[in-house]
Amino acid sequence: MELIAFYIFAAIVTVSALAVIMAKNPVHSVLWLILTFFTAAGLFVLIGAEFLAMLLVVVYVGAVAVLFLFVVMMLDVDFVELKQGTLRYWPFAGLIGLAFIAEIALASFARQASTNTSFDASPGADTNTEAIGQVMYTDYFLLFQLAGLILLVAMIGAIVLTLRERPGVKRQNIAKQTSRRREDAIEKVAVEPGRGI
Amino acid sequence: MSGLIEQHGVLTGWLLVLGQIGLFTLILSLSIAFLLLLDRKVWAAVMMRKGPNVVGPFGLMQSFADFGKFLLKEIIIPAGANKTVFLLAPILTLTLAFAAWAAIPVAPGWVISDINVGILYLFAISSLGVYGIIMGGWASNSKYPFLGSLRSAAQMVSYEVSIGLIIITVILLAGSMNLTEIVNAQDGGLFTWHLLTLEHILMLPVMVVAFVMFFVSALAETNRPPFDLPEAESELVAGYQVEYSSTPYLLFMFGEYLNIVLMCAMMTLLFLGGWHGPVPLGADFVNMFPAWIVNLGHLAWFMAKLVFFFFLFALVKAVVPRYRYDQLMRLGWKIFLPTALAAVVIVGGYVVYAGVQA
Repeated sequence: MELIAFYIFAAIVTVSALAVIMAKNPVHSVLWLILTFFTAAGLFVLIGAEFLAMLLVVVYVGAVAVLFLFVVMMLDVDFVELKQGTLRYWPFAGLIGLAFIAEIALASFARQASTNTSFDASPGADTNTEAIGQVMYTDYFLLFQLAGLILLVAMIGAIVLTLRERPGVKRQNIAKQTSRRREDAIEKVAVEPGRGI
Repeated sequence: MSGLIEQHGVLTGWLLVLGQIGLFTLILSLSIAFLLLLDRKVWAAVMMRKGPNVVGPFGLMQSFADFGKFLLKEIIIPAGANKTVFLLAPILTLTLAFAAWAAIPVAPGWVISDINVGILYLFAISSLGVYGIIMGGWASNSKYPFLGSLRSAAQMVSYEVSIGLIIITVILLAGSMNLTEIVNAQDGGLFTWHLLTLEHILMLPVMVVAFVMFFVSALAETNRPPFDLPEAESELVAGYQVEYSSTPYLLFMFGEYLNIVLMCAMMTLLFLGGWHGPVPLGADFVNMFPAWIVNLGHLAWFMAKLVFFFFLFALVKAVVPRYRYDQLMRLGWKIFLPTALAAVVIVGGYVVYAGVQA
């Protein structure tokens, strides 16, 4: 049963990953990418790593790919023109692909050679979530914080890059807007007939 | 669920599982039909109108009449549209909306799939809901739908963040991500519910604030008024669904209402004790009845709370004027996000230092 499910998921991942680079329309590429992520999450569930699966869906499908799609949808590029030059990148791309295949083959052969081939998704704990927490917040606690700091720096960097002050631009002052009361704006004046204010 | 397959063999077990799913889907769809009517009736009552009252007694059959009408109309696909994606979008919306319900426990043991990371699953699936809207808006190849889908992408991603953080506060208090266990952490009556917790009385103000933020974020996440900017008729005609007609439109509408009711169910489970009544009746009294009657009672409590929240959703739609888009973004990023983050820190500190965790 699990094996059948694995082959179905694996086939979908492979086909949709191929479709990501084959699709002519970049929006379709991103949609295929989403399918790849989602099916990869299914593979995680199959090996019992349900927490990782959900995180993959929440972070990559729910947030990262949305922003991809957001950006790609807004692009106004002539894709036919863009495609024409692709042929000269083939040798380079092929080289990278070969390196990838070699690495994966090496890793899987090395793994087969070792005696321990069984896999435990949640070692030393009841659930996958607890197992990850126990490792992440004890042994790799400093690395975890370091990762957080890198993300923080990236965030601040993005804000600094996009924030610009231009003279003469009207901005809203929200505090000023909300603190404005009726008395500030409206004045009741008893006007005598025949005379202006 | 998986127990069924082990008990009854592969074939019968699978048939039973499929039967349960089919029955649940059917009941859910029928409930949506009447909740839709409730929505319109509440809206009408606030405006001192009568609302739909022609089809059937008190207009009860209105949703079914609308259903028939949507099915029989012609499906129009714009000439410039990306046909596959255009049709895929509403199907995706509806499928995801139904899929999320698989993890919702409606009574003790009455759940399609009782997974360990149930609350994360709900969060993950509801964060996918934005794709239906983006795809629909983009594939229509038209300006208003595109603007609507851009707005909704930004809006839903923004409010997801605060929803996620508020969910973390509940997970910390309940000590589990399994929805059944979260509900069972609140089984001691009214004052063990996370919203009105006296057990963790120090956290009471935090949880009340978190609940209000969750409610408002749920409104924004489901594109309900006052945050229905993606389909604001005064600016974008009907936003991402301008080009949709007939059955695809019906699917969009149906998925949208399923998501609204899902948010109501999440609030019920996380903050209001799920299927537990406000006063515990005691095991002796409960054990006098057969299990299925007890479960029906639990189901009644769950549905009563759910309908109450739906009523609030409908009321907000009728009462509150629409937000401006920049105000919406300001509320999400500058107010809800820091407050929710502070709530996580406070609750986390409380759980660690007060030592409540099991």
